Amino acid sequence: MSTMFEGYGTTGPAYDEMFDGGGELRPPYLRMRDSLDKMSTPELISRVEALQASYLDQGITFDIGGEERAMPLDILPRVIEMDTWTTIEKGLQQRVKALEMLLADVYDAGHVFEDGVLPRQVITTSSHFHRQAATIRPANGVRVHVSGIDLIRDNNGEFRVLEDNVRVPSGVSYVMTSRRAISSALPETIAQHRIRPVAGYPQKLLAALRAAAPAGVADPTVVVLTPGVYNGAYFEHTLLARTMGVELVEGRDLVCRRGEVMMRTTKGLAPVHVIYRRVDDEFLDPVHFRADSMLGCPGLIDAARAGNVTIANAVGNGVADDKLVYTYMPDVIRYYLDEEPVIRNVDTWRCGESEAREEVLDRLDELVLKPVDGSGGKGIVIGPRADRAELDELRAKILEDPRSWIAQPVVQLSTVPTFVDGELGPRHVDLRPFAVNDGNRVWVLPGGLTRVALGKGELIVNSSRGGGTKDTWVLAGPTGPEQQQQQQQQQQTHLPSGAVE
Amino acid sequence: MLSRIAESLFWIGRYIERADDTARILDVQTQLLLEDATIDEAQTCRDLLSCMGIEPADAAEAGVDMFGAVTIDQVLRLLAYDPQSPSSIAAIIGSARESARGARETLTVPLWEAINTTWRPIPSGHFEALRPPYIFSWVRERAALINGTADATMTRDEGWQFIMLGRNIERADMTSRLVATTALSSGAGQWTSALRASGAYDAFLRTYRGIETDRAAAEFLLLDRLFPRSVVFALDRAEQALVNLTGDPRRAGFQDEAQRLIGRTRAELEYRSLTDLVEDLPDEMERLQRTCAAATDAISRRYFAGSEALAWKGVGA
Repeated sequence: MSTMFEGYGTTGPAYDEMFDGGGELRPPYLRMRDSLDKMSTPELISRVEALQASYLDQGITFDIGGEERAMPLDILPRVIEMDTWTTIEKGLQQRVKALEMLLADVYDAGHVFEDGVLPRQVITTSSHFHRQAATIRPANGVRVHVSGIDLIRDNNGEFRVLEDNVRVPSGVSYVMTSRRAISSALPETIAQHRIRPVAGYPQKLLAALRAAAPAGVADPTVVVLTPGVYNGAYFEHTLLARTMGVELVEGRDLVCRRGEVMMRTTKGLAPVHVIYRRVDDEFLDPVHFRADSMLGCPGLIDAARAGNVTIANAVGNGVADDKLVYTYMPDVIRYYLDEEPVIRNVDTWRCGESEAREEVLDRLDELVLKPVDGSGGKGIVIGPRADRAELDELRAKILEDPRSWIAQPVVQLSTVPTFVDGELGPRHVDLRPFAVNDGNRVWVLPGGLTRVALGKGELIVNSSRGGGTKDTWVLAGPTGPEQQQQQQQQQQTHLPSGAVE
Repeated sequence: MLSRIAESLFWIGRYIERADDTARILDVQTQLLLEDATIDEAQTCRDLLSCMGIEPADAAEAGVDMFGAVTIDQVLRLLAYDPQSPSSIAAIIGSARESARGARETLTVPLWEAINTTWRPIPSGHFEALRPPYIFSWVRERAALINGTADATMTRDEGWQFIMLGRNIERADMTSRLVATTALSSGAGQWTSALRASGAYDAFLRTYRGIETDRAAAEFLLLDRLFPRSVVFALDRAEQALVNLTGDPRRAGFQDEAQRLIGRTRAELEYRSLTDLVEDLPDEMERLQRTCAAATDAISRRYFAGSEALAWKGVGA
């Protein structure tokens, strides 16, 4: 028997997902510990090395400043039990519905403003609000075809929404590839579990994109639009195009003629009906946005407005990603759906409101301050870790432009055992589940991207800041000891998790 | 198929073939220099560089004086190791991988991985550490793996035809360079080495019943209709790929410029007397290389229009 988890010290107030405060194993991790206990540390290390080499050979990389790096994948999966997942699923479905209604409203009638739920100014002053989107009505009413709403687990183990991503959320490719990689790295562990598969994502996405095609097109042509090989998420773009069996186009492959979008092929121009774009709004169409952009195609917005092409996700969705709009989401959910939010937000102060601002400025050294339009962890200041000078600078920035800042208490993201530098230690994680809306149903991919901050005590998990990922297992059955026994009997007839390809 | 992707596939076919054939040519020449002490090293190196399309100005930029005492080490740097030298195997594999990366979603996963794992030793520095002749056999093996994986995993659609087209145009071009460098070489047994480099020696012996003559060897490498690395065989395959791409039934004449150029050159080779052909091999071979360049231009205009054209460093049209 190895002692792999011996000396695994949980630290501070953070919730550890594998061990409770008394060092006892939590039920979802029973089988994993048992299976790993049969393995020696050198054995595990050799599997970690094989895992990393296979990622390089396969070219599973992301780009930072033109340099390709293999996505660091931790060998230890994160396990989420069935009941917890069911709640997350409901919460995400609810939130996506509310976001769809909000976007439809703010780009149209604006009832939400008139009824005093959300100040109009909050939307119109958002840097991602685009008037160009105002008259574009999506064919099947969907604007948020794909969402990646970030969740964290607070000190009590409760999942909370950290931010909404309904523009071009990325990372789903690592969910699919990590399941396959972990299947080869830990085959006996994975065989002990019944894990809900993730390989169905491309088919769900393709079905949603086809459903979003302009009316009257019998067999719509879907393409994925990428900024090109130097984009950080290029690997993901190729994986999605390949697994959906559609073309991956760059801006230079497209041309607009008489309000229609065409692509250049060896047999001349061919029509395009749905563009799953992985290019930001501002770069999509030089006629309406940045005139110097070579990443998009002139005429795209007009073609969308004419109803000849569907752009997914819709242009202008970024207002919903604004962290100030985020603070209104609980009210937005109540307003449109007449329901309480299933997953709560993290408590947040709006610096634009004078009373809140006073309090925030008083407590700068104990809060986390976030710019409302930042993404990828950019511009975030963690109060307790900042020095005097940084805090003074921050104070000046907030006073200068309070609309642009929100504050949150320091939430110790939950920790999961992670294998770093030859030993196991607790590392902070978040979770980005992916939801696909086909107009009839919001489907949530079981699991999602667990990002892990590989530095000890580090709270920022983004890959651009040295974060890694974990395979995320959603159990297909209950996890109590008795139920596990039952499950074991049933298991004989079930195959373990599915994997892509 | 997107024009940009078609272009990438065409160039993947060419780059892989070029890396393979460059290794073969270097293998022959380094062997000859080793085996035959009477050979003038500087002259052989100069001929080799010019045959491979290296201009004196480019060589000078890399610190090599093509009119001076060129050494085989310098040649190996320019044609094998230096990633900054566009004709080097390292650079060519890099270009193949870059093209593959840009067309990744259309490649089969095993094909992408075969190309990607071939490229990985270059940025990591392992490639540089390989010594000749091991490096040549490594490159040949990797090219065989990539070609074999493509053959075994790709559907025979348009994309496949573009890879085939690229591979065969490049093969005709490069075999002609092998023949030309061999003809220039002064060493004894150079034709045997050329046949060996092409993997043709045994087939040649069997075909000609053990009678080795330079003339027969040249004939085999240029005109044999059954040997897959011969110029005529490669040109015939390129024509076939073009026919498959147009999909038109053949009635009168040839509408496609590339098809016309390649077909005419193939017919000229086949119908000319061997004596005439062998008399002036280097010039004949240069003509052939110009045809390959002109055909590539015609293919680019017809199929890749609209996407930015890639430029090939070497013999101009």
